[in-house]
Amino acid sequence: MDWNTIFITTVKASIGLETVVYALAAIGINIQFGYAGLLNFGQAAFLGVAAYGMAVTVATFHLPFWLGIAIGLVATVVLAFLLGIPTLRLRADYLAIVTIAAAEIVRLIFRSVQFSSVFGGSDGRQNFSGDFFAMNPYPPGTYGIGPISFNERVTWVLTVGWVLIAIACGLVYLLMKSPWGRVLKAIREDEDAVRSLGKNVFSYKMQALILGGVIGCLGGFLFALGQASVQPDLFSTEFTFYAYTIVILGGAARVFSPVVGAAIFWVLLVLVGNTLSEAVGAGLLPSLFTVNNIGAVRFMLVGLGLMLLLIFRPQGIFGDKREIALDAR
Amino acid sequence: MHADTTQSRKAAALAAFAGLPHEPGVPKPDPILVVDKVVRRFGGLTAVNVDHVEIQRGSITALIGPNGAGKTTFFNQLTGFDSADEGSWTFNGKQLRGVPAHRVARAGMVRTFQLTKALSKLTVMENMRLGAQNQLGESFFRALIPGIWRRQEDEITERAEKLLERFKLAAKRDDFAGSLSGGQRKLLEMARALMVGPELVMLDEPMAGVNPALTQSLLGHVKDLREEGMTVLFVEHDMDMVRDISDWVIVMAQGAVIAEGPPDTIMSDPRVVDAYLGAHHDAPMSAEEFQEQLQEAEAELESEIEEKA
Repeated sequence: MDWNTIFITTVKASIGLETVVYALAAIGINIQFGYAGLLNFGQAAFLGVAAYGMAVTVATFHLPFWLGIAIGLVATVVLAFLLGIPTLRLRADYLAIVTIAAAEIVRLIFRSVQFSSVFGGSDGRQNFSGDFFAMNPYPPGTYGIGPISFNERVTWVLTVGWVLIAIACGLVYLLMKSPWGRVLKAIREDEDAVRSLGKNVFSYKMQALILGGVIGCLGGFLFALGQASVQPDLFSTEFTFYAYTIVILGGAARVFSPVVGAAIFWVLLVLVGNTLSEAVGAGLLPSLFTVNNIGAVRFMLVGLGLMLLLIFRPQGIFGDKREIALDAR
Repeated sequence: MHADTTQSRKAAALAAFAGLPHEPGVPKPDPILVVDKVVRRFGGLTAVNVDHVEIQRGSITALIGPNGAGKTTFFNQLTGFDSADEGSWTFNGKQLRGVPAHRVARAGMVRTFQLTKALSKLTVMENMRLGAQNQLGESFFRALIPGIWRRQEDEITERAEKLLERFKLAAKRDDFAGSLSGGQRKLLEMARALMVGPELVMLDEPMAGVNPALTQSLLGHVKDLREEGMTVLFVEHDMDMVRDISDWVIVMAQGAVIAEGPPDTIMSDPRVVDAYLGAHHDAPMSAEEFQEQLQEAEAELESEIEEKA
């Protein structure tokens, strides 16, 4: 058992690219689901259109990087309108159905043979991150404390990522302290009551959907840039459900819960995964466990842990127990 | 002084109704709400079919009727929570058909709900603040700069505190609304509606589910609304309450307005009795009628026997 490697990879996971991407996606979901009560099950599509918007602009059409970012942002906002206008006037469940279907449609378009000249089919797009890494202020080398360090490219991606997370958290904090956030939380409780008090509920729900989508789409950009490639299957519905898990793990409707939730989620996955593979390598586990199936076993164990969390701490890590108790009344 | 104004407002309201015929759709001297030919159908069922009705400004008007008379549907239409198939209605002369619910509220016509809608995971104070109109901090970009809305928020809080004091909820200020009792939620909902600054307050069954100890205080609050110059229209089943506080009563049955009148005489109106008890209810039989029916039955029996034979 190489505990040293397990420790290093685990600590790296807590601030790594996955954590950053999922934290941004989860901050978006936290605005939509945690504060406004909108069940957006298509967050993966918001990240997808942003990542592809940028990648296709740069890689397929050879246009500038910043134009790619702008197109990614516009695509996200357009997607929010497309999903929101027909469904936000209906009951919350309809948004869930439409968004989950839309996310699959978006993914299947990206991987379709028909459009492979634009989106690159199931191989996706590469060669679009040059301009981003050209902006890297870090000279080549490794950065970090002792063995817990990253090369200059990863350091640059993570720096941008954590700055964006800080900005997003600041934005959420300011908004949710304000009367705007109050209207949003009230809509989550009862739309009709808010309507009877003279607030345009549809407009607020749309704003929440767009804001959550745009914050999530920053994660999409980073996902694509950090891996220097996009593939359609990165943005499957699994992605959205992990992000929901993260929000619930941290505790819905808390500013920092998606960030801490994302870190814990990835730390758990990496820790359990690496411990299992080391244990199998050292022959410590029964022959039932092999190198091939521990990937699945780690998800089972993490899933079990999350179930226990929901049973014994249903409000999540940061949640307020009193709020959960109110639902029981 | 307090009692005097109550008396004078009530007297003024009653004077406005004096001498009006007790007919459905009777014109009022100074109507705040005028409804014309409003129809709402659910498939084959005509839930609401109101020909004409006017609500007098500054009065407390009760809307009563048996279950299923269409009172709540009518309420929902007037406040924009449901659409009307036909008809029109004006509030202060402003056409309101097709106007969405939030605009109706902004125009000054604010409603409460039969099943109380306290926003349970917001504190009592946050519930109250939500009611205030034209809040600068409710726009996305201005919300980001607290300096813009802080002062207005303080004014709103002050106004909310006064109202909470009046509704005896001041001690609950920072509790979640979900932790209040049913009656306190009704009070909160009414106080929150007042934060909007309405001219016409529409209460859908304000007494439903309220314990008797709170009833008197709720009644007092409703009377206070008139005292402050607001108009009240409420749906209620409790006839004691209707008799106690209303200046005028409108009766609905099967979707239509069938009678109007002052509360002390309306329940003896034959149309209202018919609506509540059924038009063909069995009146006691007179002796002659009894004899007549007996003879008819005997004649029938005899004819049958003859046929068989």
